[in-house]
Amino acid sequence: MRYAETGFNLEVDLTRGNIERVPSDPGMTEHYLGGLGTNARIMWDRVGPEVEPFSPENLLIFGTGLLAGTPAPGTNRTIVTSISPQSGLLAFSMMGGFWGPELKHAGYDKVIIRGKSPELVYLYINDDQVEIRDASRWRGLGTLETAEVIREELGDPNVQVASIGMAGENRVFFASIEQGRASASRQGMGAIMGDKNLKAIAVRGSKDINIARPMEFMEHCNAALKYIEHRDKNPIRGVIPILAGLGSPQEMAVHDEQWHTENFMWGNARERRKGFWTPEIQEQWTGTMEGMRTRLLSCHNCPMKCGASIAVDKRFCSYMMKCFSKLTYTMAAYSDLDFGLRMAQKATEYGVDAFSCPQTMAFAIELHEAGILTDQDMSGMPKENNDRFFWLMDAIVRREGIGDVLADGTWWAAKRIGKGAEEFAHNNIRKTEQLPLKLGMLNPIYFLMYATGEKANITQIEGQFPQSPFLTREENEAFVEDWIHVPDDRFKEWFVEWEIRGEKSIPNYPSVEAACEIVHWQEQMHYIDDSTGMCAGLSSFPLKPPFHIHNLPGLISSGAGLDLDEDGLVQTTKRIRTLVRANNLRRGMTWEDEKPPEDHWRHRFPELEAKLLQAYYSFKGWNSDGVPTRETLHDLDLDFVAEEFAETGILKEEPVGSAT
Amino acid sequence: MSAAVKTVKTKTVKRIRIDVDKCNGCRACEVICAAHHAQPRFSSTNPARSRIRVIRYPLSDIYVPVLAGEYTAAECPGRDRYVIGGKEYEECAFCRASCPSRDFFKEPDSDLPLKCDMCESDPTLEEPLCVQWCLADALVYEEYEEEAKDEPAPDEVDEGLLALAHRHGWERVRDAMTRMANKAPGA
Repeated sequence: MRYAETGFNLEVDLTRGNIERVPSDPGMTEHYLGGLGTNARIMWDRVGPEVEPFSPENLLIFGTGLLAGTPAPGTNRTIVTSISPQSGLLAFSMMGGFWGPELKHAGYDKVIIRGKSPELVYLYINDDQVEIRDASRWRGLGTLETAEVIREELGDPNVQVASIGMAGENRVFFASIEQGRASASRQGMGAIMGDKNLKAIAVRGSKDINIARPMEFMEHCNAALKYIEHRDKNPIRGVIPILAGLGSPQEMAVHDEQWHTENFMWGNARERRKGFWTPEIQEQWTGTMEGMRTRLLSCHNCPMKCGASIAVDKRFCSYMMKCFSKLTYTMAAYSDLDFGLRMAQKATEYGVDAFSCPQTMAFAIELHEAGILTDQDMSGMPKENNDRFFWLMDAIVRREGIGDVLADGTWWAAKRIGKGAEEFAHNNIRKTEQLPLKLGMLNPIYFLMYATGEKANITQIEGQFPQSPFLTREENEAFVEDWIHVPDDRFKEWFVEWEIRGEKSIPNYPSVEAACEIVHWQEQMHYIDDSTGMCAGLSSFPLKPPFHIHNLPGLISSGAGLDLDEDGLVQTTKRIRTLVRANNLRRGMTWEDEKPPEDHWRHRFPELEAKLLQAYYSFKGWNSDGVPTRETLHDLDLDFVAEEFAETGILKEEPVGSAT
Repeated sequence: MSAAVKTVKTKTVKRIRIDVDKCNGCRACEVICAAHHAQPRFSSTNPARSRIRVIRYPLSDIYVPVLAGEYTAAECPGRDRYVIGGKEYEECAFCRASCPSRDFFKEPDSDLPLKCDMCESDPTLEEPLCVQWCLADALVYEEYEEEAKDEPAPDEVDEGLLALAHRHGWERVRDAMTRMANKAPGA
């Protein structure tokens, strides 16, 4: 019997209309857990570096995490993996919600899509019954609208639907896959789904998910719930409200947006507005949110309430929102929250990423103001500011006029537009738009995370270590008192010594060595979550979470029937992380691509940065080009990667006799 | 001489108060209910086997946890549909019965009815697990004493016959009884 996982994947060839239920190899679970880990291995085995994103040979994998659907709170994530149309690299966009557990209950760990359907279709999975069904009459329908018509057609309100809107259908590079409460937004997975002519996947399941060692597993679950209650009553002192609690930032519940509106950039990551957050604004925005928000929402089996039903021109709920998407449209357009929530409703139905889309629109406005995009290029654009953004979004998701250029994101659009447009596409890492954040002094930890985060998305590598020290050493000391989460006590020492100003402050403190370990730890926690399907909001993302490196081995082992101790889990995570990198290296990523946006910090330190990067590479067991060495790969049972890298020249043979 | 003391017989009523406004729709109640009732306990989970269901219509902002009640062999002669505060709830949304009109509260593989037992188990739990796992406090456990009426216990034979009648109809039960009674010794 298989535990936590079902032991079966669903292989769907849309070109031939073939569907197969294929048993998975338990050895893969031992080596890569599930979710991102096993997705990365399938991509390595089946999608060579020559495969283009929009090719029938590219796979689109919906991989549930190993623990998804078990009673462990927060285990509800699906990792969507393919080759990103924007970066050309491995994508692993994630969604919570209810879809993943439903798929598990239907009897599958993954849905692996290949080929391209001749017509627009949707996939219906109902336990053992799996069908490819016509969706051609729904072309152009919104993501939530699609879910509703599917539920109606199937006569089952409890079907979980992941769908694309017009943006995905028209292969907008930052198109998302929406699932009501959740979405896989980053890296253009909606575009890949649209390219395959797959409008939606509807799932219904009624089978059991088994637990290997039930009593031990439940002890972990109950302890986590207790700790969540404890953390709820004891928010972290001395940090801004959205960092004090668990979950993803509580944007739906918290009205105080001074931190975001005054520290994050407006426009296309262009301008900081100190003093923006006045009592009048606070009152107006609070009124907007309270007027439109009808309920706080959770994902499957999670006590956090990171989402909300938002009613725009409808009485009860027109869409569901989460996290920072609350402000991205508002701030890109220099507008207000009412506009932002209305825009986000359209964006959800069209299915676009709430980081990339607003920045791309603001980028277009800036290019127009600079005369790089002419009135003719923008022909038909309304006069009023808010209307312009609605107009731009309509053009982008339809790929009409200038929208066709912008639909590829700022990096590609700037290349096509030329005339100095590249200067305006200033907020990218590996061709992908970043959080609109520009700061003063380089932080060595964040430098490494921005540079080397394989997903080029800071929120999916940061988390466990505070972003800055407290004002006083006493506060630092108080913080570390119940900091049980650290892998080792030296992390506490590094933090206690950290100062806002003075000798032990950024950029030279934490030291290069400490920065390497701190980044490694934070990253490791994310890779565990991305493979188990644990939500980052209960584990890798917030400070002092219920799940951490000391209790996760027990949770995973007792749930899935593995025999992992802390060292074992660390080693497994290294393997997964290295294989994800290997996928990118074979696709041409090099150390030169590992850099934060040039203007991310005002004060940069090229020598220190180079030193940090090299030290980190060596800490990870990578050579000076950032390629894992033969020894590292061997140590992780990834000899097959070493062999390919030696053949293709990515890994140069070391001088004979250098080591024995 | 002493005054006659009138004793009032009471019974403990267990109740789960359901606050639909507090429900965040996470379905943890379904997950833990199914796990608790698995054999062996917690060895599996499956909301399809849960004795509590959250009726969810996210786009209508409807989230209603419903506990499985009695099994009924026959549908009601009529059905209901509630509209509260402009929200239209699904047919029989607030009914707890495991009944032929819907596939709620039935084991998915055997179709046998499911019924909430307030997690009665050995050792006794402080509160049913759905309540313990509902950190949103949409489910709150309450106990109170209620005067117990001296009702005669239902006759076992009556109950058995009623079940047979549900299954086969009164006519067949009557025929069988007459036939068997006539053949019985001493008839």
